[in-house]
Amino acid sequence: MTTKAAKPGSFRVNRRTALQGMAGAAGLMAAPGFVRYAQAHSGAPIKLGVPIHRTGIGASYGRWYERVLTAAVKLVNEGGGIAGHRVEAIVEDDGTDPRRGTEVIEKFATQHKVDAVFGHLFSHVVNAAAPRAGELKMPYIVCSEGHHVASVKLNRYCFQPGITDVKSQVQSMAPWVMANLGKKVTMIFPDYAFGHDHRDYFSAAVKAKGGEVVALIPIPPTETSFTRHFPKIPASTEVLYHVMVGPGVLTFVKELGQHFGSKRPQLFGFVDSIEAVDLASPALEYLEGTHFWEGNPRYAQANQSAHDKFFRERVGVDANGASKSDPKDVSTYAHMFSVWETLFIIKQAMEKADYHGPEKKVAFMEALESLKEFPESRQHPQGRKIFNGKTHQVFGHQFISKVENKKLKVVHKTSIEDGMYPDEGDYTKMSF
Amino acid sequence: MDFGPYLLLATMEGAVGAAVLALTALGLSLVFGVMRVVNVAHGEFFMLGAVIAWWVAHLVGAHPALGFLAALVVAPIMVGLVAAVAERLVLRRLGYDPEATIVATIGLLYVIQQAALSTFGPDARPVEPPVDFRILLPWFGYSGYKLLVIAAAAALMLCVWWVLARTRVGLMMRATRFDRETARAFAIPVDRVYGGVFALGAMLAAVGAVLIVPIQQAHYLMGHDPLLLSFIVVIIGGLGSLRGTVLAALVIGMSDGVISVFFSPTLAKILATLLVAIVLVIRPTGLFGARAA
Amino acid sequence: MTAGGLDRAALLHLAVPALLFALQFVLPDYHHVNLARVMVLASFAAGYNIVFGYTGLLSLGHAMFFGAGLYTAGLLAQYAGVAAAPGFVLAILAGALFAALVGILALRTSGVSFMIVTLMFAQAAYLALHYFGDYTRSDEGFVVPAELRRLFGLALADPATRYFTALALFTGTLAVCHAVARSSFGRVLAAIRENEERTRMLGYDVFAYKLVALALSGAVSAAAGAAYAMLFGYVGAGLASIQYSIYPLLWVLMGGAATVLGPFLGTLAMFYLVDTASGFTSAYLFLVGLALIALVLFFPKGVLGTLRERALPWLP
Repeated sequence: MTTKAAKPGSFRVNRRTALQGMAGAAGLMAAPGFVRYAQAHSGAPIKLGVPIHRTGIGASYGRWYERVLTAAVKLVNEGGGIAGHRVEAIVEDDGTDPRRGTEVIEKFATQHKVDAVFGHLFSHVVNAAAPRAGELKMPYIVCSEGHHVASVKLNRYCFQPGITDVKSQVQSMAPWVMANLGKKVTMIFPDYAFGHDHRDYFSAAVKAKGGEVVALIPIPPTETSFTRHFPKIPASTEVLYHVMVGPGVLTFVKELGQHFGSKRPQLFGFVDSIEAVDLASPALEYLEGTHFWEGNPRYAQANQSAHDKFFRERVGVDANGASKSDPKDVSTYAHMFSVWETLFIIKQAMEKADYHGPEKKVAFMEALESLKEFPESRQHPQGRKIFNGKTHQVFGHQFISKVENKKLKVVHKTSIEDGMYPDEGDYTKMSF
Repeated sequence: MDFGPYLLLATMEGAVGAAVLALTALGLSLVFGVMRVVNVAHGEFFMLGAVIAWWVAHLVGAHPALGFLAALVVAPIMVGLVAAVAERLVLRRLGYDPEATIVATIGLLYVIQQAALSTFGPDARPVEPPVDFRILLPWFGYSGYKLLVIAAAAALMLCVWWVLARTRVGLMMRATRFDRETARAFAIPVDRVYGGVFALGAMLAAVGAVLIVPIQQAHYLMGHDPLLLSFIVVIIGGLGSLRGTVLAALVIGMSDGVISVFFSPTLAKILATLLVAIVLVIRPTGLFGARAA
Repeated sequence: MTAGGLDRAALLHLAVPALLFALQFVLPDYHHVNLARVMVLASFAAGYNIVFGYTGLLSLGHAMFFGAGLYTAGLLAQYAGVAAAPGFVLAILAGALFAALVGILALRTSGVSFMIVTLMFAQAAYLALHYFGDYTRSDEGFVVPAELRRLFGLALADPATRYFTALALFTGTLAVCHAVARSSFGRVLAAIRENEERTRMLGYDVFAYKLVALALSGAVSAAAGAAYAMLFGYVGAGLASIQYSIYPLLWVLMGGAATVLGPFLGTLAMFYLVDTASGFTSAYLFLVGLALIALVLFFPKGVLGTLRERALPWLP
């Protein structure tokens, strides 16, 4: 077990420094925060700081991100670590809070002295932490699916090589939705940034394909009941596009069922709505026959790859995307692969840069920028991806699945090119 | 949808929200009225009620109605016990000092929230409604259970009113609220009344949560909104006024829904929020004064 | 109060910034940046203390004043290219103006009604940040361009500059609070807190005094908000949510209401409590909750308030 919670009060030194007899200073150094770490060197572990949403609104995701992290670190270390160094992941809870998320980055950089930070998920936390990561000259590799990195408004230290961003995801959905579900779309989305991304990118993609967005229904962030918004859905709607997130999702679906009954328009949603939610939950029957975007198919498909099988095995997830020890404990399968893949990308880039310590940080990031493609493999079980070193963003396949017998069955896999869009800038022109 | 049915739907939704809100706010109002304690952890008692309801319904496992009814009995009792213990161990030792109790109940909020996260977990979990039927109106369908919630909440409110206005216990509560020292002089066990009121307040929140949990879901962060809304209702309704609390709950529950007929939902929320502020600015003692019983 | 008491108080208020100034040379990096942030947040708490501690008004809406500063500085930088110094001044003005406007309405109420009215205004402001999400990027927020985060030619992202700026802000608020506590204005505020009716009878325009106190408090809170945006480079609705109305209340109560140094002490203590506890358990909120309960049971007036009551009556 190499993943462990950080212990600021604990006294973690590697073998060599211990041998150098620094015990004399132990009294001072045992005080919280006054721990000095030796520079990483040959034989020293590579330390990765991993901020996890253990508490707060992101806790459902955080729990699974941490499990994937543990499994991935174990696998990397079994295979000899990174460039011969054992990997040590130091986890800190950020409370899904932008301020705490930033403080945690500072803690990683100045107290734990990690080599890189990776794993942040919720966009508001990423945006808050990113400028500080740049100032602290800390490689900051996120697993967020937000468009923040690819918008090239952060800084050269920020990367998202493990998961496609929302702009690309949304854009690649539009052609299939237009062709198979209908051309008149009503969108229901949360009235905050995540929802606005969907609104803007999907509307644009629909227009480009000759469709029409007939109504936009933003739901206030404090809403717990949705019925009162349904009358705003025009009768001409052919497709209802929904991206509700958070604990209100089941309510949303149930109320949708009560409101429309069987006379409903086609439904297309983002699986973010039902991540970590059992599809066999009461009220979700209503989703039968509707379609979802999935970043990675939760239910093992008939043509499941050996890599996906391996990934599930190591993380402890069964064929239904739930924990092997508790079938009711459903994973955030559509997103959590990003933690796994990101760790292997860090490994690849560090080894390419011949990384043995922080003095090679810049070389590591340049190596990361130089990566072009990740073939489908054990390291990349979600599928092949193309990395854009200029925007620090990766692009991959997306899945459209239909709910059949309370399971999601993949009916369409987009091409990587479906999700491509012109670069919005170039990080490599910025300085480190 | 046409304007008429739209308004009807908004009204029905408002009524459901108002029914549960009235119960929850009544709990806060009692605690506030009798003990002069601002209980910031009230929303967490609500959440605890929902979480225990899920747990009970899950354990019973038989017909949903059975699990639900069991939850309706067990959850408030357990939450009441937690509240009574908190009252005895913390609030009483603080002498019900207004500022100290705010901090103490913020502390309690963290403790309860973390306890729920550690045991119940971070996911939202549904409870099946005891009855599941859909009422089909000419323009839209509506959940039958929601209408049941209105009826149940109304019945419970009547019970509370009866206890407060017609029983000896209620008399003791009212006497304590009116004048603590005189009540003590008349041999009313003020300490026990305080403990009872605090537990009862929490139980009302828990009942509200059990009623709502088949519509929403149990989630460890769900206590936030009921707390805010209850505060508003209690203040708008006038402190300690049962009638005022119910009417204010209706006003608050409805205004949000009806305003959202005319404006974009977020703008509607902003306007409804400002409306509450303005009402209070114009009538600082609330709509129904402090005198009403 | 003796002259000696006054001297000791003034000395203490000089000693604290001096100590903080000296500390920056010996603190490890991590605590260096923490202290800078704590000083900014403590300034926010100190601003809150002006209305809560000295005037006796329990506001639950101060996040809107912190947010006013945060967004004035942030939006002006983002969309008009306004640099840190003018942005900072405009943010303070915006905070004072906003607080005065809110005050004109909210101060017609008192007690718990005041608490709810401020809460409602803050909630409306928070929702407005989402409503105008096209500009504010709502909850996700935005990063303030690095090239605008400069003060007198120095990059605010630099640790030493950041620490200095935070210290300057903190010393400024300390001076303001010290002045308020010592002035006749402050004594009128205390009189309002102790007995509003009597103060009115004595011929003071209570409403005007409260309004000025609230505007001052709003200005200080906004200064802290602007400093946060400029020093840490992020502006987002999360920093203007209800939580950030509760935090200053908590910090002030912890350190001691109506004490000049209480807000700083409370902020510092809460920060290290969370930071230390989260190191060995993910259930750190449990410890925070228990600590708060223990605090009010054993130090009901906050740390400094209790100290003043029991041992150091001269404490400001």
